[in-house]
Parts: sequence; C-alpha cells; structure tokens
Amino acid sequence: MSRDSVIEARSLNLTFATNDGPVHALSDVNLTINKGDFVSFIGPSGCGKTTFLRALAALEKPTSGTIRVNGLTPDEARQKRAYGYVFQHAGLYPWRTIAGNIKLPLEIMGFSKSEQLRRTDEVLRLVELEDFSKKYPWQLSGGMQQRASIARALAFDAELLLMDEPFGALDEIVRDHLNEQLLELWQRTDKTICFVTHSIPEAVYLSTKIVVMSPRPGRISDVIESPLLAERPLEIRDSPEFIEIAQRVREGLRAGHGSE
Amino acid sequence: MRRSFFPIIFVIAGLLAIWYAAVVPMNIKMALTAAERNGFVVTPVGAKERRDRSAMLLVVQNTFAIKETFALERPRLPAPHQVAAELWDSTINKKITSKRSLVFHGWITLSSTLLGFAIGTGLGILLAIGIVYNRAMDMSVMPWAIASQTIPILAIAPMIIVVFNSVGLQGIFPKAIISAYLSFFPVVVGMVKGLRSPDQMHLDLLKTYNASSTAGFWKLRLPSSMPYLFASLKIGIAASLVGAIVGELPTGAVRGLGARLLSGSYYGQTIQIWSALLGAALLAATLVALISLVQRLTLNRMGML
Ligand SMILES: Nc1ncnc2c1ncn2[C@@H]1O[C@H](COP(=O)(O)OP(=O)(O)OP(=O)(O)O)[C@@H](O)[C@H]1O
Ligand SMILES: [Mg+2]
Repeated sequence: MSRDSVIEARSLNLTFATNDGPVHALSDVNLTINKGDFVSFIGPSGCGKTTFLRALAALEKPTSGTIRVNGLTPDEARQKRAYGYVFQHAGLYPWRTIAGNIKLPLEIMGFSKSEQLRRTDEVLRLVELEDFSKKYPWQLSGGMQQRASIARALAFDAELLLMDEPFGALDEIVRDHLNEQLLELWQRTDKTICFVTHSIPEAVYLSTKIVVMSPRPGRISDVIESPLLAERPLEIRDSPEFIEIAQRVREGLRAGHGSE
Repeated sequence: MRRSFFPIIFVIAGLLAIWYAAVVPMNIKMALTAAERNGFVVTPVGAKERRDRSAMLLVVQNTFAIKETFALERPRLPAPHQVAAELWDSTINKKITSKRSLVFHGWITLSSTLLGFAIGTGLGILLAIGIVYNRAMDMSVMPWAIASQTIPILAIAPMIIVVFNSVGLQGIFPKAIISAYLSFFPVVVGMVKGLRSPDQMHLDLLKTYNASSTAGFWKLRLPSSMPYLFASLKIGIAASLVGAIVGELPTGAVRGLGARLLSGSYYGQTIQIWSALLGAALLAATLVALISLVQRLTLNRMGML
C-alpha cells in the first residue's frame, strides 16, 4: 500500500440477496486511489457505480474483500468523518433554509456557532449561492439545489469527496459551468474526489483517472490515467488528446457490453 | 377567502332548508293536538285518529298549522331559529357563572377536553417514539392500542369514572382520562408514520455525518413528522371533546355540555338538547380551527407551506 493512497480496494465482492436470487453488484474489484486524484466512474446503468461509492462510505457492506480508506475500514473512516458524500438527488431538508442545510453537518459535528457561520458563508461563496442563503430548497432551481448539496458536503472540509452523479439531472450549459467550478475547487484544495457520471466528456474533462465499469457482474473493465494537465479550459474538449482519451473510454464501455 | 365564501353559504343555506322542511312533518301531530286544544278545527278530529296517519297527509290537510310547527315549546325537532334563540339566550343573556349559562357548561367540558387532549397527545407521542426506536415496543404496542379503540367508549367510560371516584378522584380528572383514551390513538398512528417518513437518502446522509440517534431524532425524524402530527391532532382534539361529553353522561353530572344533554332529555327539553349539541359542534369547530392555525404558523416557519 503506497504511502499516499487514500482508497485501496482489494478483491472486493458485493452481492445483494434479492427475491429473484443474488445480484452481483461488484465482482473482484481492485482499485487504488491516491491523494489528490480526481477519479471518475463511468459505465452503463446497473454496473455498480453507486454500490461501490456506498461501500466506500460504509453505507453498504462488502460480501468479501477489503476496503481501506486512509488505512482504516470504511466504518472507522465514517466515524472519523473522513468524507463528504453528495447524493444523486440533492437531498436537502425541505424545512431548512439553504444556510440551514449547510449548517446541518456542522451542528451535528459540534462546531461552534461562530465557526458554523464562517464556514457556511465560505462554502456558499464557493458555489456562488451567497444571495440565496435564506431561501428554502423549493425556491431554488435544480442546479442551485445541487450546488447547495455540494456546499453542504464541503462545509466540514473532509479530504475525500464522494459524488454520485451530482450533475446527472442538469442541462448541458449548467453542467459545463458546474464542471468548471468543481475543477477549480479541486485544484485549489487538493481534495481527493470520486465522481460518478454517465457522460464521457464530463469524465474526461474532470478526471486524472477514469474507471470504466461493466455490468452483470459489476466489475472494472479499464482504468485510464489521463495525461491532460491540471489546468483545463473548456476548449480542451476539442483537442486531439481529449478526443483520444474519450475514444478509449468509449471502447472500454463497448467492450464491457460485448462480453455479455 | 372570498372564493370559499359562497360555496360555504350555499351549503349552509341548503342544510337549513332541509332542516326547516323536516320540522313540519316531525312536529305536525304535536302542533295539531295543541291547536285542537285551543279550539281550532282539525282534520281528522282527535289525536287518536291522527296517530297512525302519515305526517305528510296531515300537513296537506291542515296547512294552517304549519306555522305552529315552528313555535312549539317542546317540539320533537326544534326549528333552527328556536335553537339559535336558545343558544343566544343561554350564552349572551346569562351570567357566565350561572348554571343556566351554556358558556359555563362549555367551559367545564372544555377544560377536561384540553387536559385530556394534552395527556393523550403526550402519551401518543411517547408511545410513537417507543414504537419507532424500540423493536420490542414496535411488535407489542400497536395491537394493544388498536384493541383499546375497539372497546365502545360508552361501555368503558362508567368504569373509569367509578374507579377514579373510589380512589377519591372526581370532576375534571376522570373525564380527562376518557378524553386522553380517545385522543392518544390518532396521535400514535400519525406520529409513527411521521417519524418513519424520512426517505432513505436523508437517513443515509446523517449516517455519513456519523450522527447520533438523538441528532437523528431532533434534526430529521421530528421535523419530518410535523405534517402528520397536525393531521392527528385535529382528529385527536375532536375525539377529546367527545370523550369529555361522554364522561359527563354516566355519573349524572350536573355540570358540562354532557350534563346539559342529559338534563334536556330527562325533561324533554329538545331545544336545550339541540343547543347543547350545536354548542359542542361549534366548540369542536373552533378547536380544530385553532389547531389549523397553529399548523399554518408552524409549517410556515419551517418553510413547508
Ligand atoms: N439495495 C439493493 N438491493 C438489491 N439490489 C441492489 C440494491 N442496490 C443496488 N442493487 C443492484 O445492484 C446493481 C448495481 O446497482 P448500482 O446502483 O450500483 O448501479 P449504478 O451503476 O449506480 O447504476 P446507475 O447508473 O443506474 O445509477 C444493480 O443491478 C441493482 O439492481
Ligand atoms: Mg447509481
């Protein structure tokens, strides 16, 4: 195990028992994620992306194999509040204002009142929602809600961010904008990010490492290290390197399907 | 407000019309007997003759007496204006400390309603928390709660009153227990549903924060349960009022709306019965409206309205 590896998964298997028999959500998954990596998980629906993220977060228990998060078991890491989790749907509490939602983890983790305010202001500025702090979730657009839920995950400054299709339901323009912001945030803070997506350009644009997965049973079919520089203007998506990586991802996805 | 005004007026007018229409056949025989005694010519002659006649036929044959059916002293069915006059008389014209004041009796019933409602709500919430957080209670409490509600309250009320009397407790408390007995159930059912209403994602979120179950209760389960709680409270307060009135019946109480109903039926004072009934209905409507108001204010503050 290398010194700066944040996540180590070894021969990971996870099977759900269902009424129609067992579902192999993850089969023999091996993966190392280093500190400061931006890792995208891409693959067809049902290939186990969410399950893998949930297993990292100790929301799902592996059937066999090991996971280490910062050298700890996922449950120990959870108890140390080692990660922030962004769910596929914003999942804001409807009876709390945007600021109130962002304060939720801070209250639970026992930050002082003044620290709560300071951090709430800081992350609200980060996701450009400072003018909406007193609004309720239903008064915001879907994209704004998703930004608020990212701010909530950032508020307690965990080193590791687990994001499950955070921009899945958004239109292309908003998505581009949020991608830029996320990238900028990542560059500034040196966080490790695990990011689930269905979009090839999004995966290539954001990641230092792209994990291509295939279904039935869910497994990793390819891991692509991106040669792109950390500095990435949106125009990079028209460059030959970018197109080449996207091509490789597409082939990985197709191969995964073909083996069915 | 304006939009709901006309439909409400329309419905009330309709109900009043049906009520007035029912008064005539219901009271016609009494009215004819009284008219005959006062020297009017009635067809057919003699109360005995009329006993088995259809009321409708009698109305048609004696249209002159229709007016009388609305003005009898102890009618079978009092007319709305008679009840209204009695209500007015016994609320506005009597000192509220007088035994003939409906406000006085209303207050007696209201106080045990509110006490019983408070006890029932508290008990209901505690039981619901127990059911949600404790597996043993989850398996055991609900069947008993349901069983408790299948016992007719009229059967159990006298026993409660007698038991409490024998240990020296009288007046408001035994009645409040009956109110509590009726009102805890909707609160348990609503609160269990409410405390279990958060979706899995909201629960998972707290888990990723390693939140304690106390934090889970105060920050997620309790706030999510509020809409359910208020729906239950509205049912609960009405049930409490019924409980308090029923609690006044078996002891032959002399105070309270139940006592008014009882004494009214002893002495054939139908107008008094109806005005006590209407008074109880108005009280129930007011209480439910108050809870609606608190609900609006609370949910509004929570940004959920
Ligand atoms: N709680 C569960 N119980 C039973 N089966 C489950 C459960 N959660 C997931 N699965 C199954 O495990 C497999 C992987 O699901 P998962 O949610 O990880 O897929 P995914 O890659 O995130 O898909 P999507 O892109 O649609 O979100 C699927 O076949 C799914 O039906
Ligand atoms: Mg998923």
